[in-house]
Amino acid sequence: MSTDALVTPYRQLREETLTRDRGLREKVMSLEEATRFVNDGDHVALGGCHLSRTPSAMLWALIRARRQNLTVSRSIASTETDLLLASGVSRHVVTSWFSQGLIWGVSKVMRHHVENKLAVFDEWSHMSMGLRYRAGAMGIPFMPSRTMLGSDVGKRLGEGFKSMTCPFTNEDVGLLPALNPDVALIHVQRCDPYGNAQLDGLQFMDLDIAMAAKRVILTTERIVSNEQIRRAPDHTRIPFFTVEAVVEAPIGCAPHECYGVYEPFFSHLDDYAALTTKDPVQGTQGYLERYYYEPKSWSDYLSRLGMDAVLDACRRGRKVHND
Amino acid sequence: MTKHQLADDTYTASELLCVMAARLLKDGQIVFAGIGVPLLAATLAQHQFAPHLTILFEGGTIGPRIVPGELPPSTNEQRCTRHANMLLPITDVLLLLQRGYVDIGFMGGAQIDRFGNLNSSFIGDADNPKTRLPGTGGGNDISSLTNMIVAMKHEKRRFVADVDFITSPGWVKGRRSRAEAGLPEGGLWRVVTDLALMGFDEETREMKVLALQQGVTREQVQDNTGFKLLFDEKLQTVAPPTKEELATLRHLDPDCRFTA
Repeated sequence: MSTDALVTPYRQLREETLTRDRGLREKVMSLEEATRFVNDGDHVALGGCHLSRTPSAMLWALIRARRQNLTVSRSIASTETDLLLASGVSRHVVTSWFSQGLIWGVSKVMRHHVENKLAVFDEWSHMSMGLRYRAGAMGIPFMPSRTMLGSDVGKRLGEGFKSMTCPFTNEDVGLLPALNPDVALIHVQRCDPYGNAQLDGLQFMDLDIAMAAKRVILTTERIVSNEQIRRAPDHTRIPFFTVEAVVEAPIGCAPHECYGVYEPFFSHLDDYAALTTKDPVQGTQGYLERYYYEPKSWSDYLSRLGMDAVLDACRRGRKVHND
Repeated sequence: MTKHQLADDTYTASELLCVMAARLLKDGQIVFAGIGVPLLAATLAQHQFAPHLTILFEGGTIGPRIVPGELPPSTNEQRCTRHANMLLPITDVLLLLQRGYVDIGFMGGAQIDRFGNLNSSFIGDADNPKTRLPGTGGGNDISSLTNMIVAMKHEKRRFVADVDFITSPGWVKGRRSRAEAGLPEGGLWRVVTDLALMGFDEETREMKVLALQQGVTREQVQDNTGFKLLFDEKLQTVAPPTKEELATLRHLDPDCRFTA
């Protein structure tokens, strides 16, 4: 365990929330402008899970802005977190599982950084990650749970994970510290200029992350009108007052997927795996140059992925609507 | 990816695992399945004999019907959601385990020990690991909260007396130690390998061979295991995969994504 203050003091959490401008106001800006909401050293929680609804465009902008010493948490971490380590943006990852994906084997980039002690990977069970964000969202300091007991995962977290005898039932329960990230980066299918976000398909931990975080940067496939949001408010999952920035970033999860819009860019991910397996250092540096540092814009990045690849991912992505 | 070119009556080790694991499931069960062999085996069971079996995926899916040839890369992508009954946030689908709605948890394993503890975190010392593995994901949660089936290749380096690191607890140190550690429910029920089917002694909770795969000897199983196995008094031999089982499996995974 290597987090600083594990749980944000309640008084501080409330005061920081009170001082935020929570009025209904427009907050549309560019990826570059939105980077100002992430400071060096912040704890940044990433929405989505694994290869799905990853806030790729915002991470692309933060890597280009050369942010440093970010602590990054996510339910399951994949290639996006490889690149945060390889670019030097982060040296501290908090997650339940970290690799590109079963079919590509164990991430050589993760292994290189963790085994050579260039980065710390704090491992929590998946449900524990979720309950930590949920406790943060609920404004309570900890959450009891019934996993990680009897395992080395729990033991290795040291002061991070405790247990107690339940005062009602006298059973042993584990205690998970609340997690209130400084910033949450969340990508959605649509939101309005105020930050009312609607998302389709799997929600992952995004609602809890948004509620727990001290500020949210939303990227979205498209910005819709507030009137459209108000026609179906039951579909709104993230309320505007948690959000500081709204950025329209089409195909903003590439090369990962966005439910109902595009599937993962599998060929690109195969190439990435081959490149980084061969040489996790040179492989990622070359990749970062070509796809992160050289492009003039997000659309230039997409051009480098290739029109054929974008259309193929979109054709597969729309299949969920065919039934 | 290579397409399989096997005759109807030959099969890969992964195909054998899928078939044997599928046979352990029952119609009507709620099965929490990991990616790879577990997902395929649960889907195979649905197609063969268990139409009312409900699959849960960690990404948040309740009761999908996997589309043949469109297997997901993990349990978190839209391919996991096809024809599903409901999509939940990850935390809530995992909480179904804690609430007690799940009959069977089903996953693969990198390293297992005589008490059925699983390691998917570190090979070697955790502070100076030879290999850092991806970690628990939901493995620790599933194994802590329900009855588990593990499907894996039977190799000496994978079957060790004590795992380097307990990522997902089985029977911990045997006997009553699991419950005493604060895990009163669930436990490792079956281990399926390409050599044998194993359970655990009711008293000591040590691994016990219940049945051998076709053509496999006791000695072969013991030689590929890094600790002394118990053998059931009524040791059986498992019937090999049928043509129908293999045909269904190859229909589901025509590209051998999980069965190569």
